[in-house]
Amino acid sequence: MIDDELVQLLSPEGQRVDQGDYQSTLSGDEIFGLYRDMVIIRRICNEGTSLQRQGQLALWAPIQGQEAAQIGAGRALGPTDFTFPTYREHGIAWCRGIPPVDWFRLFRAVSNGGWDPQHYRHSVPTVVLGNQALNAVGYAMGVQRDGADEAVVAFFGDGASSQGDVLESFVWAASFNCPVVFFLQNNQWAISEPSSLQAKIPLYHRAEGFGFPGVRVDGNDVLAVYEVTKRALENARAGAGPTLIEAFTYRMGAHTTSDDPTRYRVDAEVEVWKHRDPVERVKSLLVHEYKVKKTALNDVTAEAEAMALQVREDVLAMDRPDPITMFDHAYAAAHPLIDEGRREMIEMGISGGSH
Amino acid sequence: MATTTMTMAKALNEGLRRSLEKNKKVLLMGEDIGKLGGVFRITDGLQKDFGEDRVIDAPLAESAIVGTAVGLAIRGYRTIVEIQFDGFVYPAFDQIVSQVAKLHKRSDGVYNMGLVIRLPFQGGIGAIEHHSESPEPYFAQTAGLRVVSCSNANDAYWMIQQSIEHDDPIIFCEPMSRYWEKGEVDLENPAQGLFEAAVRREGRDVTVVGYGASVKTILRAAETAETEGVSIEVIDVRSLAPLDLDTIVRSVEKTGRLVAVQESPHSASVGSDIVSQVSERCFYSLQAPGLQVSGYHVPYPPTRLEDDYRPTVDRILDAVDRSMGF
Repeated sequence: MIDDELVQLLSPEGQRVDQGDYQSTLSGDEIFGLYRDMVIIRRICNEGTSLQRQGQLALWAPIQGQEAAQIGAGRALGPTDFTFPTYREHGIAWCRGIPPVDWFRLFRAVSNGGWDPQHYRHSVPTVVLGNQALNAVGYAMGVQRDGADEAVVAFFGDGASSQGDVLESFVWAASFNCPVVFFLQNNQWAISEPSSLQAKIPLYHRAEGFGFPGVRVDGNDVLAVYEVTKRALENARAGAGPTLIEAFTYRMGAHTTSDDPTRYRVDAEVEVWKHRDPVERVKSLLVHEYKVKKTALNDVTAEAEAMALQVREDVLAMDRPDPITMFDHAYAAAHPLIDEGRREMIEMGISGGSH
Repeated sequence: MATTTMTMAKALNEGLRRSLEKNKKVLLMGEDIGKLGGVFRITDGLQKDFGEDRVIDAPLAESAIVGTAVGLAIRGYRTIVEIQFDGFVYPAFDQIVSQVAKLHKRSDGVYNMGLVIRLPFQGGIGAIEHHSESPEPYFAQTAGLRVVSCSNANDAYWMIQQSIEHDDPIIFCEPMSRYWEKGEVDLENPAQGLFEAAVRREGRDVTVVGYGASVKTILRAAETAETEGVSIEVIDVRSLAPLDLDTIVRSVEKTGRLVAVQESPHSASVGSDIVSQVSERCFYSLQAPGLQVSGYHVPYPPTRLEDDYRPTVDRILDAVDRSMGF
């Protein structure tokens, strides 16, 4: 245990932890499903790093170390809940059913979005830190007015927790008792800045000052993240208002492929967190408690490998769009400067003007 | 034609009321807009009639006012937010530029970002600092946004309704100094489309364009000029982004002269855009270079000095004289 306020249901060694407030409700099959999710997402994200290193992506934001936080939260979502991600929520995108290739459009620099956010109920990535927290609260105000049985989740990190937009979103969610869950992944580092620079108190304590509950969960424990998120979502849907969840986790890799973490953090710290690996502890539970066979585990690894190769193939096939598509959807209605731009591009022979 | 005389403030109030009646998804949000009816009383009585869920008193955070309107738009609501004064819009600048202007594009057209940001602007009310500014060039320059301004009661009544019905986000600039001026409002038919300029006075010699509070000042200048034998055509720009260049070009092709008036400094402004576009399109018709009458390139001065900062009849006439002198 990292501290006694931390909700944990599975120790780093894969032992069940008796935690008074929460019990795991998941069956062996369901836990195996979470394990499969985490193995696949880890493998696909590693492929992202390789693709960037090979010059095939402009950038990649790895999630290694945060798989349990994202899969636990993602699998707790109800089908009609709506989520507002940052650019690092690949695990949530996976749980929402968005094809992996679509997560790569932003990083391949062929799109600023990548999927239909209304279809998957998962908004497009927000790169400006914290903006999405307010958008999520506004969406939740709409849910309230519709009288709908839905919850909304705003994802952000320890770095963004210092942004005015995030703090304003806390004020609004409390004032209007919005059906929103703030899911903060504290991965300890905002590029090179430690979370101690963002907050002098545990981040989840901030919720109390705004007038709603905060809870710190072991973000590397998928069973605990699932239960804590599920309860927060149920409370939101039942009209009990917002919750701040601080998933205490660790970014094992770099902030993005442009980052060099060896300049600001020591290996010893990374070593400590290696022993808290989110995937290994579930594997240990599956093997010891559920007697899952090695062949079943190997099948998952093989499946993840095949998916990663498919992603690679799909990414490499992702061509530069026709330049004239930059004018599509800049506005909803006709606009003279859009017409002018299109016309010039066609006259200059830059585009065939198929749009 | 059923017309009624009312102030611009009342016309905005009536326009908002009609939008709230017509579409259940229309919401109003802003600081003090409920019981108080807004510091300018534009939303007077609307919370009483439409309830606190539709006319929402917002906590004091402009980024949140706009940022939550974005989320409401994604959910299918159409929110008209009130920024209390021009100089308080900057905390919301990030949401306006990063989300409001870009989400329709980023979602490949899936998100409808139809929302209206009402922005009381320009000077002339003798206020303290941050209550008299002209931030419209920031927004006019931003792709994804549209910027309009009303100058009279009839336009206020119709343009606010047209803005609410439009599917792109709109920055709606209201000249505070004209809120209490009365005008005829046609309650049945809009005078024209939202993105069209209006010829307010026909003339032969010089085209003078402006928007918001400047329109009335330009009309006064035109009256004076008439007595001196100079015939000014006055154009109310109305749509600052996109510009209705056809109307302006038609006028300049006739007069051969252009003066653009605005309260913001002229560098990288709506006026400089008009002058640049007109010189490109009317090169062979122009008898003189396009000139500008603007606020000076200084922070808005203490308002005891604002009459020496804002374009006056004298400064407009001076520019007209210079134009005629070429």
